[in-house]
Amino acid sequence: MDFRDIEPLTAFRRTAPASDMSRRQFVKLTTLAGAGLTLGLALPGCSPRSGGTANEGLVMPFVQIDPDDTVTVICKQLEAGQGVWTGLTAIVADELDAAWNQMRVIDAPAKVPTYGNLAFNPKGLIQGTGGSTSVANSWMQLRQAGATARAMLVAAAAKRWSAAPGSITVSNGVVSHQASGRSASFGALAADAAQVPVPEHVELKHPSQFTIIGRKHLPRLDARAKSEGRERYAIDVMLPGMMTAVVLRPRRFGAKVASFDATQAKAHPGVVDVVEIPSGVAVVGRDTWSAWKGRDLLKVNWDESGAEKRGTAQLLEYFRRLADGNDALTAVEHGDVDAALERAHRRIEADFEFPYLAHAPMETLTAVCRLSADHCEIWAGCQFQTIDQANAAKVTGLKPDQVDINTLAAGGTFGRRANFESDYIVEVAAIAKATGGRYPVRLIWTREDDIQHGRYRPLNLHRIAAGISPEGKVAFRQRVVGQSIMAGAPWGSPHGVDPSAVEGNAAEEYDLQAARVTWTDPKVGIPVLWWRSVGHSHMAFSKEVIIDELAEAAGKDPVAFRLELLGTHPRQAAALKLAAEKAGWDRPFPQGHGRGRGVAVHQSFNSVVAQVAEVTVSGNDITVDRVVCAVDCGIAVTPSVIEAQMQSGIGYGLSAALWGAITLTDGRVDQTNFDDYRVARINQMPKIEVYIVPSPNAPTGVGEPGTPPIAPAVANAVRAATGLRLRRLPFDLASARRERKT
Amino acid sequence: MSVELTVNGRVEHLEVTPDTPLLWALRDHLALTGTKFGCGMSLCGACTVHVDGQPVRSCITPVAAVVGKQITTIEGLATPAGRAVQQAWVDLNVPQCGYCQSGQIMSAAALLASNPRPTDSDIDGAMAGNICRCATYVRIRQAIHQAAASLAPSDAG
Repeated sequence: MDFRDIEPLTAFRRTAPASDMSRRQFVKLTTLAGAGLTLGLALPGCSPRSGGTANEGLVMPFVQIDPDDTVTVICKQLEAGQGVWTGLTAIVADELDAAWNQMRVIDAPAKVPTYGNLAFNPKGLIQGTGGSTSVANSWMQLRQAGATARAMLVAAAAKRWSAAPGSITVSNGVVSHQASGRSASFGALAADAAQVPVPEHVELKHPSQFTIIGRKHLPRLDARAKSEGRERYAIDVMLPGMMTAVVLRPRRFGAKVASFDATQAKAHPGVVDVVEIPSGVAVVGRDTWSAWKGRDLLKVNWDESGAEKRGTAQLLEYFRRLADGNDALTAVEHGDVDAALERAHRRIEADFEFPYLAHAPMETLTAVCRLSADHCEIWAGCQFQTIDQANAAKVTGLKPDQVDINTLAAGGTFGRRANFESDYIVEVAAIAKATGGRYPVRLIWTREDDIQHGRYRPLNLHRIAAGISPEGKVAFRQRVVGQSIMAGAPWGSPHGVDPSAVEGNAAEEYDLQAARVTWTDPKVGIPVLWWRSVGHSHMAFSKEVIIDELAEAAGKDPVAFRLELLGTHPRQAAALKLAAEKAGWDRPFPQGHGRGRGVAVHQSFNSVVAQVAEVTVSGNDITVDRVVCAVDCGIAVTPSVIEAQMQSGIGYGLSAALWGAITLTDGRVDQTNFDDYRVARINQMPKIEVYIVPSPNAPTGVGEPGTPPIAPAVANAVRAATGLRLRRLPFDLASARRERKT
Repeated sequence: MSVELTVNGRVEHLEVTPDTPLLWALRDHLALTGTKFGCGMSLCGACTVHVDGQPVRSCITPVAAVVGKQITTIEGLATPAGRAVQQAWVDLNVPQCGYCQSGQIMSAAALLASNPRPTDSDIDGAMAGNICRCATYVRIRQAIHQAAASLAPSDAG
């Protein structure tokens, strides 16, 4: 081994320890280790806490204030790029009246109910990130945390200065008593504040008093580290003596190891171990390259008796048979849709097809595990901390409280790291178990592993019949065939309709005369998972394309037609109007030269996003030139992050609309890497303008809602430009032209 | 087998086979983890470093090919263009997940070193090999223009 003497382990302990006592020790540790921070151990006015050491500061579940004036927010959500470190910290900082440059953030340990996601479970019994819930579920909790810490600082100052708490003010990180001219920093008061009883009730600010929340350009807390290559992801964790593992998995889902021959692999220099684990065979090497080369030499016989062997074409045929049949669950039944369709003045019938999609985050799945007889420690960009903890405990034969989860920044996830089986966490723990915990082990998935062993956005078939009456009333009947994601969720609905399969359907989003949405869960052995915006990723598309075609059938403007159907949906109407206004919708769009303009509006995760897309079609190529986006996400906590998330959601959705597809031949995934699973690059990114609808309401999601409208907005623009109807994703103009001719 | 590399101005001796990709030599053997693995096939640019000032995909570059050359990673990026790019990245809140940004910054710094005032089309040409799944591209473009402007001699000076 020639690993350089690398940074000490504490450098990777971004996560706070689980117990309060160890967190206090941790605070001291980080204070002492805090590069560039002045140690505040000699600040005046800090009295020793009885039974403790001096100057520990104020330590609470979500906020800690150190004597050196550092205010650290403990973040229970995964930072995967969506900006939660910054957004959640802003909420605390504002109620605390802190200065932004004194704020820090660390990741919470796996601990429920303290760090549970209140949107997943109101009692906080599951810790995890998803459904664009981070800010929404933390909003009141973190405002209260900030206000509570503020109240305790005020109480400490009042006592020290013998002043009435009401006469004390806090601003920009300074506590002041104007009458006596005294003031103190947070750090100077922190130890005293820790002695104050935690108040049961605190007053929260009126939104008009916010100074950090809503600030136009709040610097991201992670921008500097991420611009200097210093952010630590799981793949960067290096522990003394650590080995690196890769796993050879079967080419078909559901296959298992029958036997394997590791003779050649083990003979490769640098290969340390070859072990079977539930998902395949792991090759462990002294470094990544050794492990990869060793894996190339491994021979495995697979038992494919239980494997899925169908290809995409056969699966779609099966889905169409299901759509023809009567075996479906009813998700929405409103009015007499069959009668309304019979009487319809204009009627459209269409099938829509959506492929499996891989998430393909830039950091492939990676995790590090250190295992001993009675303790397991995991480092990863964990998205479901307590589920990952429970699964790691199960595979290592430990109790969950013997498993420490160190959540690190994730190099993207888009849903991939949140799965009930904790696939990659279980793999690394299984490798550690199979190698007897002799060394810490880091598991790295290659890009090919990531593309070929994904948990995909489900393949979907939508069969739609929609009609419009002479009075302009719309009837909408939709049959959805697509695998259930939630069936496996601990909080899901194993019986009945999977809500995530039909979310964002037309009946939810528009005022319809009549509607029926039915759903069938096909039996397919391909693992599926939420992919940025989940069901909305396909439901928004067919809805917004059909609505556009109905507008055309009715001879109405697409925006005006939608507004007629949004009478009881004022947020959608407002966002749509804003996007249309900013895009110059009322001005004629230059026709010809393959140019077209389209619109879509969709509500998801309690936010509304409207987008106008301008495209140029040249031959069979689509260029998206400009997107104007309006978003209503309640109070805009961090506008810069919201703008970034809209850009991000658009770029992610465009990748899927223009190129994204995981296809199977005989059960084997056809794609391997970014050459055949294409994603948007800088030269394919449109100009994007983002406008935020002013709102007094509590904040709602922004990580996902930018994605659903972009594909239908582009499809509608392409139709305006060419007359082609795009009903299959990814868009294929050549086949759309062929279909138009037939 | 020992290979001698010059990384960020330091001479390093590594016990690796000559076919080892520079990426893994940097990461696993020199603990220079700022350079990232994304695809292993020169398709995404996350592993971009500078070799004698030119942007190179370290994931497909064997160490044997860079012996005797000056290798610069994000940790050692200290050129005026590099510093300006990093500052613009921070000022404009470019990073989201951040994982690809070392590679983006190395590509952008190399672009500005050879082309102080790139057009949008120049940026497309130089940066199209760097994938960002968070699609931070709008701000990357703005940041490159801002960095270029910050490097330009001021009108007064």
